[in-house]
Amino acid sequence: MLGLLLDSRLVTRDSLLVTPDTIEQIFRTDSRRVLATLIRLLGDFDLAEEAVQEAFSAAVERWPQDGVPRNPRAWLVSTGRFKAIDSLRRRARFDASLRPLADQLGDGITQPDEIEEEGVPDDRLRLIFTCCHPALPPDAQVALTLREVCGLTTEEIARAFLAPAPTLAQRIVRAKAKIKAANIPYQVPARTDLPERLASVLQVIYLVFNEGYSASSGASLTRHDLSVEAIRLGRLLVELLPEPEAMGLLALMLLHESRRETRTSPEGELVLLDQQDRTRWNSELIGEGEALVERSMRSRQFGPFTLQAAIAAVHAEAASPDTTDWTEIVGLYDVLLRADPSPVVELNRAAAVAMRDGPAAGLRLIDDILARGELRDYQLAHAARAELCRRLGRAADSIESYQRALGLTRQEPQRRFIERRLRELGQP
Amino acid sequence: MKYLCLIYENEKNWETMPQSDAEAIMNEYFAFTEDIRKNGKYVAGEALQPTPTATTVRVRNGKISTTDGPFVETKEQLGGFYLIDAKDLNDAIQVAARIPSARLGSIEVRPVVDFSAEAAKREEAAGARA
Repeated sequence: MLGLLLDSRLVTRDSLLVTPDTIEQIFRTDSRRVLATLIRLLGDFDLAEEAVQEAFSAAVERWPQDGVPRNPRAWLVSTGRFKAIDSLRRRARFDASLRPLADQLGDGITQPDEIEEEGVPDDRLRLIFTCCHPALPPDAQVALTLREVCGLTTEEIARAFLAPAPTLAQRIVRAKAKIKAANIPYQVPARTDLPERLASVLQVIYLVFNEGYSASSGASLTRHDLSVEAIRLGRLLVELLPEPEAMGLLALMLLHESRRETRTSPEGELVLLDQQDRTRWNSELIGEGEALVERSMRSRQFGPFTLQAAIAAVHAEAASPDTTDWTEIVGLYDVLLRADPSPVVELNRAAAVAMRDGPAAGLRLIDDILARGELRDYQLAHAARAELCRRLGRAADSIESYQRALGLTRQEPQRRFIERRLRELGQP
Repeated sequence: MKYLCLIYENEKNWETMPQSDAEAIMNEYFAFTEDIRKNGKYVAGEALQPTPTATTVRVRNGKISTTDGPFVETKEQLGGFYLIDAKDLNDAIQVAARIPSARLGSIEVRPVVDFSAEAAKREEAAGARA
């Protein structure tokens, strides 16, 4: 046991340069990976979190004298593990039920190769799949992923989701309890389960992204961080598991993110796609998104996220709204509808048809969709109908639909946008 | 780790189903049971008589009260169970998905409480007293 600690305590020559900043830097870049490995080794979230804290406290104490170990992460993992077993043994003296666990973990420590990372799937990937396990309620999957994988505090998550912190904390506690009680394994799923399990991970990431993306004004700063976190998660996932749909989701997020700056005016008003200043779209993000779409498409195993990203890429390629390839977009929506039929996709397709064949053709499709009833309470369906009626000069129909949309909208900028349109149509 | 797989389905299905379909499902059940016996995951399993045969028992103020029927009337009823020994929840989900009724109704998978640590503690406490 001691041998292991000594081995990884090899001192670098820069030992004099160790400052609290060095350790903080390592904490920022490595603490989540250390946590993920400790969860695997200790089999317990709370024990592992305590161990990470202990390991970094030990680093603050020792590194300024001993220097930074050659492999700081391995040092932190073995120190954290040692501390956790130590504290378990101490507690086991008073609580016999902990003894088997303490013994079992103590035995394991003679196998240092477990800490080696070569050839073993990254522990963060296991952590993502455990946090997004479909046996956990969806809101708990989101909270747990942001807490454990991204390292956000419960207060930060609560603020971003506009939920009370105790509610969030309880959600996380219950999810951890279920992981333990039901023995949800800490592993990357087998190939046969991968599509279903990956879908659940992608859903969580996309939900986090949208939560940050659709928000505006007021608490916008903290909520924008959610999109940043989602993109970071997406990058991590593609790096660890380059599945076509993981690439598709990352591409979709990057392509949306590239337009963020232009989606709202300096006054905080909503700016629609055809009004946005395309010279201000982030070309670096667009390039990265487009490359990912191509990679995913080439695999021929792509799904709905890649198709949505491909549609976003067609928009990104057009220098102006009138040079947009609407035929291509309608075609992609046709494929998307076959892969993932939904009335919302149908609505988007109808809007694209309106651009390709004129507002009357689009309006016919939207009226059909609305008549079926599924989107009766969907604000964007009424807003889209209102817009097409307006273009066709049918002011009364347009006003009626904008008023329906207004009654359904809950976002402030959207409300102001509709009110502005209503004023233009001569409504007070 | 042990998991109880509770089989819920609409018991009316069995009444209206053609004889040949019912037989086919029964054959699947026998094959499935045989298979999980062989790979060591089977602990126990039974099918239940339909809910009209159920009796609900309560004790209130020291008195037994007995009522006819199941505890709650639902669209799907508990029709049987398997107690299985699985590696973890993912393993248990794989087994549960192969229960023929998973296609017709649904299977609730519940981890069984392990009292062995608690028992060890009690034994130790008893030992200390002796």
